[in-house]
Amino acid sequence: MPQISFIQAINQAIAEEMERDPLTFLMGEDVVLGAFGATKGLFEKFGAKRVRNTPISEAGFVGAAVGAAMAGTRPICEVEFASFFYCAFDQVCNQAAKLRYMSGGQATMPITFRAVFGALGGAAAQHSETVYAQFLSVPGLKLVVPSGPSDMKGLLKSSIRDNNPVIVFEHGALGWSREDVPAGEHLVPLGKAAVKRPGDHVTVLAIGAMVPKAMNVAAKLEPEKISVEVIDPRTLIPLDEDAILASLEKTNRIVIADEGHLRGGAAADLAAIVADKGFDFLDAPVRRVTSLDVPIPFSPPLEKAAIADEARIEAAIRDVVGR
Amino acid sequence: MDISKDKLLEMYRTMQKIRHFESKARDLAMANEIPGFVHVSIGEEASATGVCAALRKTDRITSTHRGHGHLIAKGGRLDRMMAEIFGKRTGYCKGKGGSMHIVDYSLGILGANGIVGAGLPIATGSALGAVIAGKDDVTVAFFGDGASNEGTFHESLNLAAVWKLPVVFVCENNGFGEFTPMATVTSVKDIAVRAKAYDIPGHIVDGNDVLEVFRFTSEAVARARAGQGPTLLECKTYRWEGHVVGEQAFLGDGSYREKSEVEEWKRKCPLIRFEKWCADSGKISSAELRQIVADTEKEIAGAVEFARSSELPAPSEVTDDVYNNT
Repeated sequence: MPQISFIQAINQAIAEEMERDPLTFLMGEDVVLGAFGATKGLFEKFGAKRVRNTPISEAGFVGAAVGAAMAGTRPICEVEFASFFYCAFDQVCNQAAKLRYMSGGQATMPITFRAVFGALGGAAAQHSETVYAQFLSVPGLKLVVPSGPSDMKGLLKSSIRDNNPVIVFEHGALGWSREDVPAGEHLVPLGKAAVKRPGDHVTVLAIGAMVPKAMNVAAKLEPEKISVEVIDPRTLIPLDEDAILASLEKTNRIVIADEGHLRGGAAADLAAIVADKGFDFLDAPVRRVTSLDVPIPFSPPLEKAAIADEARIEAAIRDVVGR
Repeated sequence: MDISKDKLLEMYRTMQKIRHFESKARDLAMANEIPGFVHVSIGEEASATGVCAALRKTDRITSTHRGHGHLIAKGGRLDRMMAEIFGKRTGYCKGKGGSMHIVDYSLGILGANGIVGAGLPIATGSALGAVIAGKDDVTVAFFGDGASNEGTFHESLNLAAVWKLPVVFVCENNGFGEFTPMATVTSVKDIAVRAKAYDIPGHIVDGNDVLEVFRFTSEAVARARAGQGPTLLECKTYRWEGHVVGEQAFLGDGSYREKSEVEEWKRKCPLIRFEKWCADSGKISSAELRQIVADTEKEIAGAVEFARSSELPAPSEVTDDVYNNT
C-alpha cells in the first residue's frame, strides 16, 4: 500500500471524484493555487470551468453552492477555515440543511463543504476553533471528522457521492500526517465508526486529531496492563451508536476526547447519548476531555493550556480505571 | 417588440390569478383558516408576471417571503399552492413549508424563502450550475428593496459579474422593508444604480406596467442566455396591503404610511392599466378579459375546495425528508 499524507489524500479523493463525474466541481478560496496543497494541480487537470477561485465572500459562494446543487450539479465547496462558516451560517443552516425538508423532499442537496479546523499553533481564536458542535443541532447536515489519511480519502469520496450537504472538517495539525492508504477505489461509508485499537479496560471515544493522541496514550499505558480501546466515530452525523455502545458493553468505562469546548460540545452530546443508552454498562462516570471554555489563545503556552492533550486523556483514563 | 395575442392573454390571466389568489389568501388568513404568516403581493402583479412571461419552463427562479405571485407566474398550480398554505399533505411541500416556502422543482421554482436576501446567492449558484452542466437556462432572483441592503445582494452581484453568469436580478421595490420606508434605510434613491458598483447593466423599470417589465426582462434574459452575464432590474411598484396579513392586530394605531399614498398607488393598479391598454390598442376585447376573470374565480374556488378537503399530514410524517437516503 502506498503511504500518503492527509493533504494528498484530500487531493486524490477530489481528483478521482471529479474524474468520475463531470458534474462534480470545485469552488472556494484559493483552490486554483491550492494554498495548502489539498487542491494543487486540479486546476491544471480539470480547467477553469470546474475549478473556481471564489472571492472572499462566504455568504455569496456558499449560497451559490446551494443553488448549484439545486441545479443538478455536485459542488465541492472549500471554506478555508471552519470559523469562516460563521459568515455563511444562513446558507449552511437555513438553506443547505433545510431546503430538502421544507420542500417536502423535492430538493436534493449534494454539496461537500471542506474546512480546516483546530489548533494549529499560534493561529488564535478565529482560525483555531473546533466548530462542528455548532452544526450538531442542525438536522439535514452530515458531519465528517477524519482522523488520518486513509479515512480522509475514503470519507471524502463518500461525502462527495452523498446526496446531502456534508461538512468535512479537516484538522489542520493532521495535514502532514502519513499513513498507508489502499490503492485504487477506497471508500469509507458515512456512519460507520472504526475500532482504531482494541482493548478491554476502558473505551476512549476520540474525534479527529484526538485519535492519534489517544493512540499514543493507549500505547504508553500498555506496559501498565491498562488496556485501552480507541474508537473513532469518524462521522458525528450520522453517528454509529451501536459501535460505541458495543465497546462500552465490553469495557464498562468511557472517556470522550474532543478538541472542542466542554459546554455544548460534541463530547457533551456523545456523553448524553452514552448516559441515555449505555447507563447499565457503566461502572464509572463518563469523563469528557475537551479544550477549556475559552477562545483558543494565541501565545504558545496559553494555547497549550487551553487545548485538550495527551496528559489530560491519560489522567481521565486513570480516573475511570482507578489506577 | 411585438407581443403575440396569446402572450398578452396569458399575462392578463396570470395577473388575475395572482390578484385573486392573494385576495383569497388574505381573507382566509384573516378568518384564521390558515396558520402562520401570510405575505401578499396585491398591487405588485405586473413585475412577477412580466418577468416570468420572458422565461421558458427550464429557466429557474428564486423567490421571497412574498412569493405567491412569482410562483403563479412561473406556472405553479393554484390547488397545490393553496393546499400548502393550509398545511395539507397534498400541498407542494407536503405541509412542511407553508406560505413562505413553496417550491416546485419541475417548474424551475427553487423556492420562496423566509430569509430576506437568501435567494440571490442561490440563484447565482443555479446559474453557475447551468454553466457547469453546459445548459443555457437562465435563473431569475426575485427580491425586494430590503434585500438590496443585505450582504448577499452585494456578494451575489459581484460573483455573478465576475463569472458572467446567466442570472437576472429583479428587485421589486415596493417601498417598504417590513414596516420601514425604504428611503429611510437605503443609501440610494434607485436600487438600480447599485449595478454600477459591479459593472453590470442596471435599469429602472415601471413595475406596474407588465409590458415594460416583459420587455426589459426579455432583453436581460437574452443577454444572460448569450453568455453576456447578469443584469439588475429594479421594478418600481407598491405594496397595497401590509407587510403581513393581520398586522393591524399588533400595530394597533401605529401606522407607517399615509392612507393617501396607498390610494394614489391603487390608482396605478397594474391590472386596470393593462385593461386600459387593451381597450386603447384594440388588441383584446373586454369580453375576452371578462372571460379570464370568470375562469380565474372558478379556478380559485376549486383550489380552496381542494385545500379544504385535503388531508392534514399524519404526525408520523414529521421525520420524512430530512435526509435523502438514495
